[in-house]
Amino acid sequence: MRTLIFRTMAPYLTSLMVLFSVFVLLRGHNEPGGGFIGGLIAASAFAIYGIACGVSPVRRALYFHPMGISGFGLLIASLAGAMSIFSGVPFMTGLWAEVSVLGVTVDLSTPLVFDIGVYLVVLGSLTSIALALEEREED
Amino acid sequence: MAAEQGKTVDLSVAMILDPVPAADWLVIAPVALPLIFGAVLLMLRHRTATQPRVAIAALAALFAVDLGLLIHVWTGGPVVMTMGRWLPPFGISFVADMLGATLVVTAGLVALVCGIFSIGTVNDIGRRYGFYAFMMLMVAGVNGSFLTGDIFNLYVWFEVFLISSFGLIILGSGRRQIDGATKYAILNLVATTLFLIATGYLYGIFGTLNMADIARKAPELRETAPLMTLATLYLVAFGMKAAAFPLNFWLPASYHTPRIVVAALFAGLLTKVGIYALLRTLVMLFPPERSVLSGLIIWLAIGTMLIGIFGALAQNDIRRVLGFVVVSGIGSMLAGIGLGSEVGLAGAIVYAVHSMLVMTALYLLAGQMRRAGGSYSLSDLAGLYRSHPMMAAIALFLVLAAAGLPPGSGLWPKVMLVQASLADGIWWLALAILVTGLLTTLALGRVFVLAFWRVKEAAERTGSEIATTASAQTAVLILCIPVAVMGVWPEPFIAAAQTAVAGLLDPATYAGAVFPVEAVQ
Repeated sequence: MRTLIFRTMAPYLTSLMVLFSVFVLLRGHNEPGGGFIGGLIAASAFAIYGIACGVSPVRRALYFHPMGISGFGLLIASLAGAMSIFSGVPFMTGLWAEVSVLGVTVDLSTPLVFDIGVYLVVLGSLTSIALALEEREED
Repeated sequence: MAAEQGKTVDLSVAMILDPVPAADWLVIAPVALPLIFGAVLLMLRHRTATQPRVAIAALAALFAVDLGLLIHVWTGGPVVMTMGRWLPPFGISFVADMLGATLVVTAGLVALVCGIFSIGTVNDIGRRYGFYAFMMLMVAGVNGSFLTGDIFNLYVWFEVFLISSFGLIILGSGRRQIDGATKYAILNLVATTLFLIATGYLYGIFGTLNMADIARKAPELRETAPLMTLATLYLVAFGMKAAAFPLNFWLPASYHTPRIVVAALFAGLLTKVGIYALLRTLVMLFPPERSVLSGLIIWLAIGTMLIGIFGALAQNDIRRVLGFVVVSGIGSMLAGIGLGSEVGLAGAIVYAVHSMLVMTALYLLAGQMRRAGGSYSLSDLAGLYRSHPMMAAIALFLVLAAAGLPPGSGLWPKVMLVQASLADGIWWLALAILVTGLLTTLALGRVFVLAFWRVKEAAERTGSEIATTASAQTAVLILCIPVAVMGVWPEPFIAAAQTAVAGLLDPATYAGAVFPVEAVQ
């Protein structure tokens, strides 16, 4: 699989796909998309990078262990649910805050944090599986 | 967001607008806490020295929260929290009634003790494979199953603890472990698939998944809807989970393969979730269907008790003996469900609590015996009485407790079950319970006599003895305390079980807690 063309193209393809996955993640609240599908796209981006350039560059690029990323995702998703304890509403209630950044109003919410958590869980666990499978092939 | 369009929306039709008292968070904390700490432990996967400290602190906090929940339920009746502020049945409700709270506390204690036991017994490899993370997530799943008030959500929690248990059972990836895990995984997946099919069918009939809602609607639908099919499907699915005869063979085939502390956790928690789910569905949701199935359940119970204990008599490996004793205990709990009377069901619940404590303690003790005697095999173990008198005392106590003899905790649930079956005139069930008690005494007594009393020949050295650790001994001792208390002073346990049964037989309080508005009307 390691042709010159693929190896040259893979980093660009990966960065595009990761960018697109973040776009899909963020548009997910009201339109098709969301953390799960975004995480899948990001995981396939890293899988492509792994196929083209080998597993160790991917691990270096990710810096954190994929399982650690997964754990972090699970952590912020559960904490996003627990945030509602401070407002006297039940677990997992969506809380919204409007923040004005440079004159643009941005809706920040706990569902968004939850979705980012899902994104990281899917990204971490699937990348972990993909990298393990790709590594096995190299033996 | 609808308000932006200039319409006035009455939110009270869809949402809970009253502020939630902080104490209600006790319902969700037993699930959220282990989930959060499971995630933290996953991130700390390579810090093998830090992991046990974090895990045990978390489990201790969890046990404290569980106790708080039990006290709250004991004093104030069922506690409900519906997720995301949506009104039930649209929001997923978490309901802690006496049954759920009692089992959550017991599960919390079992998990804490297994955490303490694991300090000296789970090595760096196991920790790096994620023992503590999996354990936390499994506890979250088990607690979620005990507390959820939504039957599809119950399925989700089943999956959560099942997948974590897959992780635990193959920890270390030994050849035998993969073999045990395959049997365990396939049989459990078949059972959960059946559960899912039954739940889809139930949703088609009722149009709701909220258990309180189902309990309210069942009487109206009984004339037309195939509730009998549903009840039977649930019986098969949960019976398989609980390792009831004739679907019990996966348990003894897999529980001896993982690390001993994992087996102890499984024996303490997993099969009892099946029994809990049977109590919830058959007794609370479909009581008339349960009474039709009652004869069948009683025969299944007798089969489970006897097959289990005969299996235990035939084994040579302590862990396999214990696996069969677990199965046999499931039979006793099923007997209570089959009887369906107040005393019988209370007996089943007390038995479940007893079995969670004693079976975990016995598995942990087997781990200690392996360390002291160098083997799990009864042909190699000998002379432990002379070298470890303290362990022998604990072992004798636990064997008596498991066999249902005083001063342990096993006596009272058996008395209740025998009393209930005689009250219903089902003398053969009473006989089977008593015979099983006798055979359990024989099976576990055989282990005790061979491992502790048999004189060890000088030449008979297995050479793989390891010093027992203080943390592991403490763990077994901690579990002996509630077992002893339950044996000497069973009244609070029986009272809790009776409250739980009253809640199951008359789900009005449960439904009233979930739907407070309509209860007022």
